[in-house]
Amino acid sequence: MTERRNNQRKHIVLLSALAVGMVGFSFAMVPLYAIFCEVVGLNGKKYEQEISAEPAVLQVSEREVTIQFLAQVGRGMPWEFRPTEPKLKVRLGEIHLTSYYARNRADQAVTGQAVPSVSPAYAANFLHKLECFCFTQQQLAAGEDQQMALRFYIDVELPEDISMLTLSYSLFPVPDAEVASPTLASN
Amino acid sequence: MTSIINRRCRGLIVSILLAFSNTAFAAVMDLRPGVTDISRRILELHHLSLAICVVMGSLVFGTMFYSMYAHRRSKHPKPADFHESLLVEIIWTAVPVLILIGLAIPATSALREIEDNSNPDLSILITGSQWKWHYQYLEADFGYYSNMSTPAEQINNLETKGRNYILEVDNALVLPTSKKVRFLTTSDDVIHAWWVPDFAVKQDAIPGYINEAWARIEVPGLFRGQCAELCGKDHAYMPIEVEVLPEEEFDQWILDQLLAIELASGQAVADRAKTWTMAELMDIGQTVFIDNCATCHEADGSGQGSTYPALAGGEIPTGDMPTHIERVMSGAVDTEMQAWAPQLSDLELASVITYERNAFGNDLGDIVQPLTIFESR
Amino acid sequence: MAVTADHAIPNRSPLIAYLSRWLLTTNHKEIGTLYLCLSFTLFFIAGAMAMVIRLELFQPGIQFAEPLFYNQMVTMHGLLMVFGVVMPGFVGLANWLIPMMIGAPDMALPRLNNFSFWILPFAFTLLISSLFMEGGAPNFGWTFYAPLSTTYGPPSTDFFIIGVHLMGISSVLGAINIIVTIFNLRVEGMTLMKMPLFVWTWLITAFLLVMVMPVLAGAVTMMLTDRHFGTSFFSAVGGGDPVLFQHVFWFFGHPEVYILILPGFGIASQIIPTFARKRLFGYHSMVYATISIAVLSFVVWGHHMFTTGMPLAAELFVMYATMMIAVPTGVKVFNWVATMWRGSMTFETPMLFAIGFVILFTIGGFSGLMLALVPVDFQYHDTFFVVAHFHYVLYPGAIFGIMSAVYYWLPKWTGNMYDERLGKLHFWTAIIAVNMTFFPMHFLGLAGMPRRIVDYSLQFADFNMVTSIGAGMLGLTQVLFLYIVVKCIRGGEKATSRVWDSAEGLEWTIPSPAPLHTFSTPPQFPIPEKVYQHD
Repeated sequence: MTERRNNQRKHIVLLSALAVGMVGFSFAMVPLYAIFCEVVGLNGKKYEQEISAEPAVLQVSEREVTIQFLAQVGRGMPWEFRPTEPKLKVRLGEIHLTSYYARNRADQAVTGQAVPSVSPAYAANFLHKLECFCFTQQQLAAGEDQQMALRFYIDVELPEDISMLTLSYSLFPVPDAEVASPTLASN
Repeated sequence: MTSIINRRCRGLIVSILLAFSNTAFAAVMDLRPGVTDISRRILELHHLSLAICVVMGSLVFGTMFYSMYAHRRSKHPKPADFHESLLVEIIWTAVPVLILIGLAIPATSALREIEDNSNPDLSILITGSQWKWHYQYLEADFGYYSNMSTPAEQINNLETKGRNYILEVDNALVLPTSKKVRFLTTSDDVIHAWWVPDFAVKQDAIPGYINEAWARIEVPGLFRGQCAELCGKDHAYMPIEVEVLPEEEFDQWILDQLLAIELASGQAVADRAKTWTMAELMDIGQTVFIDNCATCHEADGSGQGSTYPALAGGEIPTGDMPTHIERVMSGAVDTEMQAWAPQLSDLELASVITYERNAFGNDLGDIVQPLTIFESR
Repeated sequence: MAVTADHAIPNRSPLIAYLSRWLLTTNHKEIGTLYLCLSFTLFFIAGAMAMVIRLELFQPGIQFAEPLFYNQMVTMHGLLMVFGVVMPGFVGLANWLIPMMIGAPDMALPRLNNFSFWILPFAFTLLISSLFMEGGAPNFGWTFYAPLSTTYGPPSTDFFIIGVHLMGISSVLGAINIIVTIFNLRVEGMTLMKMPLFVWTWLITAFLLVMVMPVLAGAVTMMLTDRHFGTSFFSAVGGGDPVLFQHVFWFFGHPEVYILILPGFGIASQIIPTFARKRLFGYHSMVYATISIAVLSFVVWGHHMFTTGMPLAAELFVMYATMMIAVPTGVKVFNWVATMWRGSMTFETPMLFAIGFVILFTIGGFSGLMLALVPVDFQYHDTFFVVAHFHYVLYPGAIFGIMSAVYYWLPKWTGNMYDERLGKLHFWTAIIAVNMTFFPMHFLGLAGMPRRIVDYSLQFADFNMVTSIGAGMLGLTQVLFLYIVVKCIRGGEKATSRVWDSAEGLEWTIPSPAPLHTFSTPPQFPIPEKVYQHD
């Protein structure tokens, strides 16, 4: 009888631990998702882009791909925001500098955060950003405009079947409470 | 033995179903063949899986019905004794696996082709928002909004419904035949999905991310689709219309659009130069309001709860002008209030703001000129 | 219900005594009854919402349900049916039957059992009252995808989240109770491989519940913090991803739909052998097949997400895994047919519903197989083809399962036979109505009608009308069912202990109605044939 009760108690504890563990698992899914995307090479959906280190020796290949630049302005964001060059033909391995133009048409300072997305998704791991306005929040004073730099190269290992890459930035307003120390993008 | 019968039956069923797909009956009962090679392959896959299911179902249900007849108590008073058989279990585990493999092979091959987005001829950026689509031609660098054009009277049963009820838009997406078109989808707010059954393209439009799909359309024509992901109030009312033109006509259309944009900007210059009267602005403003704002804020400005605030006596329309202009032009973050600056001209924005400040009993007497809007951009 | 007021306290007003009995009972039979009553009540409420939906969809155009309200109906119908009807219904059956079937006097944790039940009326009051809150009830579909539910959800969304948490707690505690009961309180001689299959399917279902309800809790908590505490799990601007929501939700959601059907499988496995007068074919396979289905259910959640932009490799893996589930499911269907084969069948109402379950659930399974094929899913996804699929597996699946169980065990619970003629009438009208309602939906989906829309284009009108008429009929059959159940509770031909001449199992060795306390001394197992013969 007591053996049965002890057994029961053991089961209850184990099952409760399982339930609690699964709650933990559901939260663990958040970083797991990010890690999985990175490992499988799906960085198109991962926001935390690492600043790529300046490569010491750069292999340049003859193969060319087209990279398209897109811009989306989030709701409530009173900025004009567009790529200065909508499309570039680049050789793999070559470093390029381009920019996005942004203008704050509101009559107070506004801070924005640009969020990148790459298509096809599995190309994202091969797009190395050396300098990007998306790494930090960007603040513009009322009426101010700016060319925001983007310095990048595409890895020579880019899969053969990709001839066109699209990089899209969505620009969202940052509420005052969450404004980090503002940095202005430099040219 | 059973597999031979299966194959023959399957062949028969497939033929019947294929014949089906060519009849008007099929138009109501079957997936459509569509106008791309992929859409046809998908239809074939659908028929194959349906045929397998019909055959399997007929065998199983046939056996059951037979048994219910032949083994009912009045006909079969003594029940048999058996209750297990390893051999039989193995057979009816293995055979379905083989059938499934037979289904998986064509499915895999079709999927590989569908997911091959390489070497497109042109790219269209499709942005979904509540409740319309925005199409942008990336090579030609222009874009426009596509709104449903079915009038509210038809929806509210005050007028007879047209043939293309809730499947018609003001500005259709125009595409060329025989070119590999790449569709990039994204969204401004919630998840939508862009779906044209005739192209067998359905892709979620996710805010902050872009997705890719492609189609090579073989024949010209008009094709319709709908949003395929619940996106709020008017999810049923954001249709897709695609006009597919032969290549030369499409190239000409692009040139025509670029010309029209120039003309429109010329018109806009003229509009800004003029000083508009209250009566003119109210007239235009009312039309703009009914076409764009009434679905949420109601035609009389009474709104719908806190989600769609009332404009009659509302804080913003009766408050200071720059805030009102900014709200209409840029939208409100984290709400369903869109940015109208990209969608409406200076004249349209000026009129609708004027209208809001003077209609619904607001009567502020304010006038906004298109020039003011232009300077605020 | 022949239950004795064992705990009568003198000088107590009858009303207080009645209320305390039901509020404080720790008896598995009474708690089972409470769950079943809750389930039946919510069945009518959620069913009324379905009627609103079908009335609005009777014709194109907006007749009386404005889109905002319609979306609330769609959402609440789904939530209530899943969490308020099928789950409590199966839990009610578990409570009533599992202790009796394993020869135990009650559940292992009777007070926890009471608590698990009484959370639910609170949770559902909260959920249903959201209809009357400012901004209305949740309107984003029962799957509540972000950001429609996070950034753009109405104020009642937070109450919805609390409601989900409460229901989840109830389910997890109930599941723990069931597992502990099954592992520890089986009568001597009843090894796991000798348990009735209903007990087996509930054991597996309970494990699924313990594992995935907490994941749902995680998902709604992330929603809550995204809405109010500045996190960005599901919004791109803060580094999150709306698709992450779908992964977390469907990781719960897919096993959830197996939770909604496995007990039904168990019920069919109890009923068909009784009325075929033949042992269940392939008991061991049935157990292993159910376990395989449960295990596989954890790796196929991606098949709800094929249009989100998944990589090819993931699509292929999920497609193959989903197709594989057809194999053990098919094994179960074949085993039921083999049980019928060369049996000696009679077709009382429970058997009719059980056979209807097997046939129509299989049709739902077929459409599920079709949906698994990714290329074609691109055409089926978010259309009425999907609605047809899940209604076939849920209505003629889970609900017919519950109904057949009620018909089968009502005589045991009440001591009265139900009216067989009315039962058959219920079955035949239901089977016609269910097919009239849900079969045309396949065609609507194939023809291109999306789901969750308040209004549709003209080519969909005819089938929508047929569907709505079927739905009206289906609603009426529920009223008939209610009448039959109430009539049976109030009286009828007296039931024997065994009730059905070939019923096997410990619950058939005790009198009908089952006394409030049974198996206070453990019974003999295996059951000697002569035990069945009293009265």
